[in-house]
Amino acid sequence: MNDPLVDVVVEARAPWSGIVPAGGTLTIIDLHGNQAVDFLAYLADDTTERYSATETMVWQGSVFLTTGSVLRTHSGRPLLTVEDDEVGRHDTLGGACSKESNTLRYGHHTRHQHACVENFLAEGARWGLGKRDLVSNINWYMNVPVEASGALGIVDGISAPGLAVTLRAHEDVLTLISNCPQVNNPCNGFDPTPVRIIVTGP
Amino acid sequence: MTGPTAPPGHDTPSGTSTPEGARAHARSQAGTVVEHMPTVPARAYAPVPEGIDVDALVWAERVAGGGYTHRVVGAGTTLRLTDLEGDACAHLLLYRADRPWERLNVADTVKVQWNAYLGVGQLLLSDQGRVLASIVADSDGHHDTLCGTSSRLRNEERYGSGAAQGPSPAGRELFLLAAAKHGLGPADVPPSISFFQGVRVEPDTGALMWEGAAPAPSHVELRAELDLLVLIANTAHPVDPRETWSCSTLEVLAWSGAPTAPDQWPATASPEAARAFANNAEDLVVRSFR
Repeated sequence: MNDPLVDVVVEARAPWSGIVPAGGTLTIIDLHGNQAVDFLAYLADDTTERYSATETMVWQGSVFLTTGSVLRTHSGRPLLTVEDDEVGRHDTLGGACSKESNTLRYGHHTRHQHACVENFLAEGARWGLGKRDLVSNINWYMNVPVEASGALGIVDGISAPGLAVTLRAHEDVLTLISNCPQVNNPCNGFDPTPVRIIVTGP
Repeated sequence: MTGPTAPPGHDTPSGTSTPEGARAHARSQAGTVVEHMPTVPARAYAPVPEGIDVDALVWAERVAGGGYTHRVVGAGTTLRLTDLEGDACAHLLLYRADRPWERLNVADTVKVQWNAYLGVGQLLLSDQGRVLASIVADSDGHHDTLCGTSSRLRNEERYGSGAAQGPSPAGRELFLLAAAKHGLGPADVPPSISFFQGVRVEPDTGALMWEGAAPAPSHVELRAELDLLVLIANTAHPVDPRETWSCSTLEVLAWSGAPTAPDQWPATASPEAARAFANNAEDLVVRSFR
């Protein structure tokens, strides 16, 4: 493998962003096991072309992401393909936690806890992205089953320490990550932890 | 009037070779009734479903398959969407009317309510912890939160065309037009929901399973809980398995009313719903400076 362009450990609860060049890879490593990594992606040259959960699901015919999944924009344009996934299932439905939605899910006592939308806004601003640019995101390592009744919820994760997911970029892709700080549900095993990010060139 | 002599047959007042003639021709079209049009004023609409007070109607429109419509409605308005013939698919986006950066958030809608599917009593939530609209009636429950609307590329691949003005319009193309008329751009069009064509998830594999339409006519009623900008695109669902594009007439009716009170269903349906309506109330009281 080439020398990576980026090889960093993202602290617990922190954001990260960076451009993955066309033909290059982004690898996320769940260092401590069952750490949700919220993820958005945009065409680097035109951020109005952005990852679409719905378009991605429609083209692949299912709601879970794993090896072979193509992450597409709302125009159907491929941004990234999941080249290798060691977990087997990642979430497209649950979205990002926020201070505002926390008040609905758990109560107003959570209003001032840190949340993924805060990370997305703060980190996104470095690239000129604002509130309008946030759409339904991926949650790597998060387990959100849908039962036959329609019941949907974030449950105990199926990942483990060291499991990696690797994406290959079709074009220059701006990626925006929130290392989820949520402590009110099992998405981080009730203990947000660091993750490792590796970016390679083509 | 001076000028070149008009050819025979074109120099009468009803001819369109003069401005007066063209005006007469245009005005002679008044009163034309077609299947797909808004009825203005809405109280002139017919036939009206049983139980609906025609004099209370503020919006009455029939949207063809492949068409779109949009309006700003006040809090408390009930919006009734009806699949008249069994093949409509109403794609919906909602925004706070005076602050459209607060808009429908489908991920929050499903996860806050612990439910992937829409039905009576479900709330359509914004990204700010508030209720935009509540589903107060639903005849058949075949709806979709998962697939969004169709894209131009996919419609071109499947049907040969996805342009808004073509024979098989993509929902996103229609939404972009509707949004633009309210000063909104591509970044303002997030994933949408749709009514009248059901999709479910196979629990073990996560596969999308097509349910299709309920027998016609079927309807949903949405109560606007805040002043809303409503965008509606009526076009084939993106996962519709049929080889040719197909979509039938959508009826849109609306009448004024009051938003849900804190002690009224569906605010009482769950603890999450109660907090969402409480957040609404807080926001409205503060902003009215009472």
